[in-house]
Amino acid sequence: MDLYPLYNSARIALISSVLVFFLGICLAYYVAKLPALIRGALDVLFTVPLVLPPTVVGYLLLRFIGPHRFIGAFFFENFDIRLTMTWWSTVFATTVVAFPLMYRTTRGAFQSFDRNIEDSARTLGLSDSFIFWRIRLPCCRAGITAGLVLAFARAMGEYGATSMISGYTPGVTATISTTVYNLWRTGSDDLALRWVLLNLGISAVVLLCLNVFESRGRKS
Amino acid sequence: MSLEISIRKKLSSFELEVEFSIGDAEALALLGASGSGKSMLLKCIAGVERPDAGRIVLDGRVLFDSDRKICLTPRERRTGLLFQNYALFPNMTVYQNIFHSIRRERYSTLQIKQKADNAVSMMHLDAVRDSPVTAISGGEMQRTALARILVNDAELLMLDEPLSALDEHLKFSLEMELRDVIGNFGGNVLLVTHDRDQAYRFGSKIALVNRGKIEKIDSPANVFANPETVDGARITGVKNIAPASVENGRIRIPGWGLDLACDRLPAGCRSVDIKYAGIRMNDLKPAAVVPEFEDGAVFNFKIADVLSNVFSYTVKLYSSTAGAEALPLYWQVSKQIWEPCGTDNVDLYLRRDAVMPLKQEERSQ
Repeated sequence: MDLYPLYNSARIALISSVLVFFLGICLAYYVAKLPALIRGALDVLFTVPLVLPPTVVGYLLLRFIGPHRFIGAFFFENFDIRLTMTWWSTVFATTVVAFPLMYRTTRGAFQSFDRNIEDSARTLGLSDSFIFWRIRLPCCRAGITAGLVLAFARAMGEYGATSMISGYTPGVTATISTTVYNLWRTGSDDLALRWVLLNLGISAVVLLCLNVFESRGRKS
Repeated sequence: MSLEISIRKKLSSFELEVEFSIGDAEALALLGASGSGKSMLLKCIAGVERPDAGRIVLDGRVLFDSDRKICLTPRERRTGLLFQNYALFPNMTVYQNIFHSIRRERYSTLQIKQKADNAVSMMHLDAVRDSPVTAISGGEMQRTALARILVNDAELLMLDEPLSALDEHLKFSLEMELRDVIGNFGGNVLLVTHDRDQAYRFGSKIALVNRGKIEKIDSPANVFANPETVDGARITGVKNIAPASVENGRIRIPGWGLDLACDRLPAGCRSVDIKYAGIRMNDLKPAAVVPEFEDGAVFNFKIADVLSNVFSYTVKLYSSTAGAEALPLYWQVSKQIWEPCGTDNVDLYLRRDAVMPLKQEERSQ
């Protein structure tokens, strides 16, 4: 059994988790400070990939980074880089799809953070960066970690947008989900089952992690 | 060491509009019902909330001035605010909470460590020094929060309902501890509370706060002797309030069948402004134990109900003379002075100055 799809899925999920981690935290923090109207609009924009069918996300992404579309064409003409059909193209798809999970959970954690704690820190003369990194983030750790685990799991299992952006090239863009589909399509049922079982195992571990973090969050 | 405040801020259901000044190291208790804007006032002084307009001056330092567009950050104000829930940093130990509250720019690392160590032992926190603040008792949390403010070199100490989060049996001993801290503080102290006894014991002045306004600011004795308004009377714990009128130097309270000479009215108040009268439950005395009746009069009441408390009785009375419009009058009396002895009536002596003439229409709820 060629383990390339596992390796590829894992690195894609890891990269998009890192991106989503910083993006999610920054945007959750700054959006919460905006006036209600703008905040509402951005909330919708940042959450919409969660409810859209992944193929719609894939289509919209292709409208921007497809080789003949304006971002895609720009990179192709100036740097001779194709933004689609490579293993890392999948990162675009998984990041967009996983981002709302990180953003929503982090915002929830930030909202339940007691404002008095931040206010008392300010009256005591502590700097904004100290308050953010040393007080707010550690206090919201459980929620943020849960968001990250969810985002990682979502990135790991992404299929629809991935297949549109990167297709299925064995040993290049194959991920676990696209591999399962192609093995089933070509009648390699035994191999498909193995990948399915592997995927079930990964999902179980992820959910287990989530439970651990959530119960820890309740304790503190 | 003085504090001058005059601010306005629109809140959701009323406007906070407060003006007062207190002198050298004076302690002021702000007494009012919850939701009257007291906590917001402290937050405005600390700088975590911004008033719409006004001026705040602490020891000659302008903290806020809307005309001159001055608004210092909470960091620059150097005011210490003890939050109702203490707002400790939950991810840190007691020691770390205190350590990080020392202003970096003022001391060397060695001095900071010494200062934190001193604060830990001064506030009797040695036993929980390295415990996370989520695992210590309410009293220890309060001491940690106080220690943070003291090591921070705050120039004004503000306490927001400091004892309300504590169990009843802890309140007394912690209030005594708090008294020591306040006594040694040396600067102005503001206490926000809804507990009238705490306010009475606490400071040299009391301000009655009602719906964002200060109704009266005076010495505790004066504030409690004459709260002047219906709301003020309620805040200071007057349970008996009834419609009344003042005419020709006499106050008439038909619901209680009372008619007494009335020689004092709230400052700047005419007889026609008086619409209500208040009597404290404890200000009625059995006529039998009063040696002379010079400063008041004796009235006869029907006993409608007797509630037995631990050390006292609360007696529900109706005037014998009021007739159909009679309103209940509650009387609290120590069990050492009076026992219900089966009679339906009681003669009670009422001092003239125990009847408080009150202005302001009662607001419809």
